Amino acid sequence: MKNEMTLTFDSLSENEGFARVAVAAFVTQLNPTLEEVADIKTAVSEAVTNAIIHAYPGEVHTVVVRTRLDGETVELWVMDEGVGIEDVKKAMEPLYTSRPELERSGMGFMFMEAFMDQVEVLSKPLEGTTVYMKKKIQKGVTEQEA
Amino acid sequence: MDMLERKGVRLVVYLPMELDHHYTEEIRREVDQVIREEPICELEFDFSRTIFMDSAGIGMLLGRYKIMKALDGRLLMTHMRGQIKRILKLSGILNYIPLEQEEEVV
Repeated sequence: MKNEMTLTFDSLSENEGFARVAVAAFVTQLNPTLEEVADIKTAVSEAVTNAIIHAYPGEVHTVVVRTRLDGETVELWVMDEGVGIEDVKKAMEPLYTSRPELERSGMGFMFMEAFMDQVEVLSKPLEGTTVYMKKKIQKGVTEQEA
Repeated sequence: MDMLERKGVRLVVYLPMELDHHYTEEIRREVDQVIREEPICELEFDFSRTIFMDSAGIGMLLGRYKIMKALDGRLLMTHMRGQIKRILKLSGILNYIPLEQEEEVV
């Protein structure tokens, strides 16, 4: 089965919950376990929060979340057209944050990588950032474990 | 929203259902104001309503942990569900705030 949806919303923190819940609801078509749903919600929340906090300093613009289901695979793109990331490698280091004054833990990318099978970050200064994530839904794992 | 409750020297914070960046901002503001103004020695975060937490929650907890440590006080986390415990374990925060401190409040 192939199915795709795209969310477009303002970069307001109120939309963090909306984005992860909408993606989670869409992904239930693949019959994921509760844990897999939680993993995807966390990963979406991290990527969307990053876009909302960092992409458009002091301004509100658009964040796009595209979700594609293909067979047992979930693919996600979290996209902004904001300031971009100068040094992606550094941004992805555990505990690194460019905004320590906001008490950011620097664990966002660590969680994305822990909960998804693949995480890629494409970013260009002043053009924006796309976080691509992929996860295979392990069908039948729960039945085998039970 | 009655998020905060004073129990003597303990301040109990009833965390919301979803502990993300949006909600941590408000919690931080309200908790820090009470800690600054009142003689609080114990800060308890009650997770009984919470079903979701991400790294923003971890950042907020670590920040409050540092404040309580500076005040010679302590931080407790109670009533966590499975998903919350998973995030806490993965974050490494349990090296500072061990799960043994999880306790039922009578």
